[in-house]
Amino acid sequence: MRQRPWLFLLPTLILMSISAFVPLMAVINYSLHTIFAGSTPEYVGLQNYTDVMGDPQFRGALRRQLTFSLIVLLIEIPIGVGIALCLPRKGPTVGLSLVLLGIPLLIPYNVVGIVWRLFTQSDIGVIPRVLSMFGYKYNVSLDASDAFMTILLVDVWHWTPLVVLLAYAGLQAIPQTFYQAAEVDGASTWKTFRYVTLPKLRSVLTLGLLIRFMDSFKVYSEPLLLTGGGPGNATTFMSLFVARKAEAYELGYAGASSIIYLYVVIVMSYILFQFINRPPEGKRA
Amino acid sequence: MARIELKSLEHRYASSRKGKSSFAIEDLNIIWEDGTANALLGPSGCGKTTILNIISGLIKPTGGEVLFDGVEVNNRATRNRHIAQVFQFPVVYDTMSVMDNLAFPLRNRGHDEKEVQSRTGEIMELLDLNKLADMKAERLNPAEKQIVSLGRGIVRKDTVAVLLDEPLTVIDPVLKLDLRRKLRLVQRELKLTMIYVTHDQHEALTFADHVTIMKDGAVVQSDTPEGLFLKPSTPFVGYFIGSPGMNMIPCENNSAGLEVTGSPLFIPKSIGGKTDNLEGSIELGIRPEFVETSIKELPDWNRFEIRSLDHAGAYQILTLESGSIRIKSRVEDHFVSKEGDPVWVNFPTDKTNLYANGKLVTP
Amino acid sequence: MRKRSITLTIYFLLLFVPIYWMVITSLKTDVEILQSFTLFPQQITFENYKEIFTSEVWRSSFFNSITYVLLNVVMTLAAAIPAAYAFSRWNFRGDHHLFFWLLTNRMAPAAVFMVPFTELYYMLNIYDTHFAVALAHCLFNLPLTIWILEGFMSGIPKEIDETAFVDGYRFPQFFRTIFLPLIAPGIGVGAFFCFTFSWVELILAKAITLTEAKPVVVTLTVGIGAEGVKWGLLASAGVLTIIPGILVVYFVRNYMAKGFALGRV
Repeated sequence: MRQRPWLFLLPTLILMSISAFVPLMAVINYSLHTIFAGSTPEYVGLQNYTDVMGDPQFRGALRRQLTFSLIVLLIEIPIGVGIALCLPRKGPTVGLSLVLLGIPLLIPYNVVGIVWRLFTQSDIGVIPRVLSMFGYKYNVSLDASDAFMTILLVDVWHWTPLVVLLAYAGLQAIPQTFYQAAEVDGASTWKTFRYVTLPKLRSVLTLGLLIRFMDSFKVYSEPLLLTGGGPGNATTFMSLFVARKAEAYELGYAGASSIIYLYVVIVMSYILFQFINRPPEGKRA
Repeated sequence: MARIELKSLEHRYASSRKGKSSFAIEDLNIIWEDGTANALLGPSGCGKTTILNIISGLIKPTGGEVLFDGVEVNNRATRNRHIAQVFQFPVVYDTMSVMDNLAFPLRNRGHDEKEVQSRTGEIMELLDLNKLADMKAERLNPAEKQIVSLGRGIVRKDTVAVLLDEPLTVIDPVLKLDLRRKLRLVQRELKLTMIYVTHDQHEALTFADHVTIMKDGAVVQSDTPEGLFLKPSTPFVGYFIGSPGMNMIPCENNSAGLEVTGSPLFIPKSIGGKTDNLEGSIELGIRPEFVETSIKELPDWNRFEIRSLDHAGAYQILTLESGSIRIKSRVEDHFVSKEGDPVWVNFPTDKTNLYANGKLVTP
Repeated sequence: MRKRSITLTIYFLLLFVPIYWMVITSLKTDVEILQSFTLFPQQITFENYKEIFTSEVWRSSFFNSITYVLLNVVMTLAAAIPAAYAFSRWNFRGDHHLFFWLLTNRMAPAAVFMVPFTELYYMLNIYDTHFAVALAHCLFNLPLTIWILEGFMSGIPKEIDETAFVDGYRFPQFFRTIFLPLIAPGIGVGAFFCFTFSWVELILAKAITLTEAKPVVVTLTVGIGAEGVKWGLLASAGVLTIIPGILVVYFVRNYMAKGFALGRV
C-alpha cells in the first residue's frame, strides 16, 4: 500500500525526467563550461554566471522583460475580470461565449505574429493607415515605443481571454445567496463587487496573475515576427535573448542566462504568490 | 414591524419543456400578524424557500399579492422592503470585522456614523457579540456567522420582518439549542415579526407561537403548536407532527360503530363517536402518547400483541399488532413487557380524531 | 443588462477584427493585398487554399501537427490521471514538494531547453519524430493537467471511493465505471488545455523536428524571409491552423461550461 502512490506517479515521473529533469541537468552542465563549436568544452565553474550578470545586454533584456510583464498584468487582469462580469451565466449563450473566447487562445503564436504583422506593416497594414488619419506617424519597425506598445497590444489581445475564462470560472463558483444577502442589505453595485465578488475571486485571480506573469516571460514568437526584437533592442525580451545566444552556439552563456532566467521567474512567482494569497488566519472551531 | 399577508399567491417555475409548467405555489393565502414568532413547516421542496424569496422581493411571483400592513408591495425592490433575511448557509462579509458587518446595512443607507456606532453597539450587546466585535468575519464558526447574519437583519430599526430560511442547517447540534434560544430571545425583546422556515418539526414547534404547515405548495394547516398536535386537520399533519407520528387506522362504518379493516378490532359507538353520517374512506387517528395501554384485560378494550419495544430513556415505544393493523403506543419507562405479550388498548374519545376522505371530522 | 451586452459585443468585435482580417487576406489575390487596401476582397480567390491543399509540404505539416498533438493529449492524460489521483487521495512523503516541482516546470521557458532537447533526442534516436514532440510538450502540459485534474478530483468526496470498495468493487472497475464519469468535465478541460498549448507551441517543435515531423507552425515561419512574404498563402495557412482548434473547442464546450460551473479550474 505504501508503494501505491509512487506506482501511480511512475508514468509521470518517467515522462518528466526525460522532458524536464535531464534537459535541466544538461543546461546546468552547459552553464559551467565554455563551449565552442568543434572543440571540447572547458570547465569554467561560475565564470559564465558572472559574465552574464555583468553584461549590460542581459540586464537590459531583463529590465525590459520585467517592465513588460508588469504592464501586461496591470492591463489584462482588470479587463479580464470586467469582461467576465459581463458574460452570461446560464443558457445557450454560455457555450457560444466560451467558444468565442477560446479562439484567440488557439491560434498558434506565430500565426498571431503573422496576423499582427499584416496589421502593422507600414505598407499594407490597417493600423498605420488609421493612425495616419489622426496625424500620427506609426512605424513599428523604426520607432522603439511604437514597437513596445505594439507587442503589448498583441499580448493583451491574445491573452486577456484566458483571464476572462479564469475569472468567469471563479464567478460561477460564488453562491447566489451572497448576492441575495447584499441585495437585502441594500449594497450598491460597487460595494457588492468590493465586498462579495472580489474577496471570493481572490484565489482565481492569484492563479490568473501567476499564470500570466510566468507566461509573459516566455514571449518569443510575437516579437520575433513583428519586430525581430527591434528596433535595436527595444523588444528583445528574455526568451528572445536566450534563444539568440543558444542559436549562436554560445551554450555556456546561454546556459547560465537560462538558469538565472529560470531562477528569477520562480522566485518572483513565489513572492507574488505569497503576497497575494496570504493564507487565512486560523478559523475558530 | 408589520403584518405580512399573502393573497392568492401563485408562482410557477419557467420550464425547459415547452407548454408544460409546474406550479410551485397555487392560490396561497397566509397572514402573519405583527410581532409574532411564526414557523413555516413542511417537507423539502414544498415551496417554503420560494415563499420567503417572494416576500423579500428576490423573486417576483407570477400571480397574487404580497401585502405589508395592507399595502401591496409586489413592485417594490428588495432594498426598499426593509426585510431581513437569514439564509441557510451563513452569509457574512469575510473581509470585514463583525462590527463592520453589522454596520453595513446602516452605512449603505447613509446613516451618520455616531448613530451607526450606537446602534451596532446595542445589537452586539443583545446578541452577546462584544468579544468578537473586531474579529474578521471569515474566522467565525458557522453558528457565530448566523448570529451576525441575524444581527445584520435587526440592526435597522425600520426592519419590517425577519425571514429565516432553515438557519440551523449547517450548525453543530451542540450549538443549535443556544442559537435557537437567542433567536427566541431577540424576537421577544424586539417584538419582531419572524417567519422561520424549516422542515424540522421540533425546531418549528419550540420556536413559534404559530405554525403553518405546507405540502406541495399549499397550506395544509395553520395553527398553534398545541392545535397541530391535538387536532391535526389531515393525516399528513398527523404523521408529520409528533415523534413518532399519529397512528392512522383505516375503518369501515357500520351501524354499531367502526369496524377495523383487516383486524378483529372493533370500535364501539361510544368511542368512535358520531360516525353515522360518515361516508367515503374513514380513518381513525390517535397519537401514541394518548393510546392507553394495559397488561390486564379490560372490558371493551381491544387486544393487541407486542411486536417490538424501543426504549427511549424516559419512555418506551411499543409497536403493537392486531391482524394486519400496526400501531405504536407510548408507555412509561417502567412498563414491564416483552415481545409477543398481549396488551389491551383503549382509545379515549376526547383524544381520538376521525378523518373522512383525508379531512378531520369536527363535532 | 444593456451595458453588459454592449461591452461584450464591443469586446468580441475587437477580438475578431484581426481574425477577420486574416480571413479576407487569405481570399485576396497577392496583387490586391500589396497594392490596395480594401475591407472586403474585390476579387475573391481560393488560389491560396488550393495551393495549400495540393501541396505535399503543407498537407504533411498539418498531418504532423495533428498527430503529435493528439499523441500528446493521450500521453498526458494517461500519465496525469493516475498521478492526480495519487495527489488527491493519498498523503505521502514529499508529495507537496513533488507537486511544487511539477508546477515549476510549467514556468520553464522553452528557450532554456531548446538545445538540450535537440541533443538528447538525437541521442535517443527519436529526433524528428512525432513522438519526440509529444514527449517534449509533456514538459508543460503534464504539470498543468495534473494540477487541473487534482482540483477536480479533490471535489469528489473520498467517501465515494470508500463506499465502492466496501461494495466490493475492484480498483480498475471502480475507476472506470464510477470515478472517471464523475471527473469527465475535468478531463475535458485538461484535454482542451493540452491540445491548445501543444498545437500552438513553436520553439520546441521547431528545435526537434526537421522534415519528417515538421509541424505546420514551423512551415508557417517559412515564407517570412528575404524574397518577400506571400501574405495570401500565409493567411490561408493561418486560417487553416485555427480550424482544428475551433472544432475541438466546439465539441468540448459543454464539458467546459460544466467544468467552469463547478468552479474548480
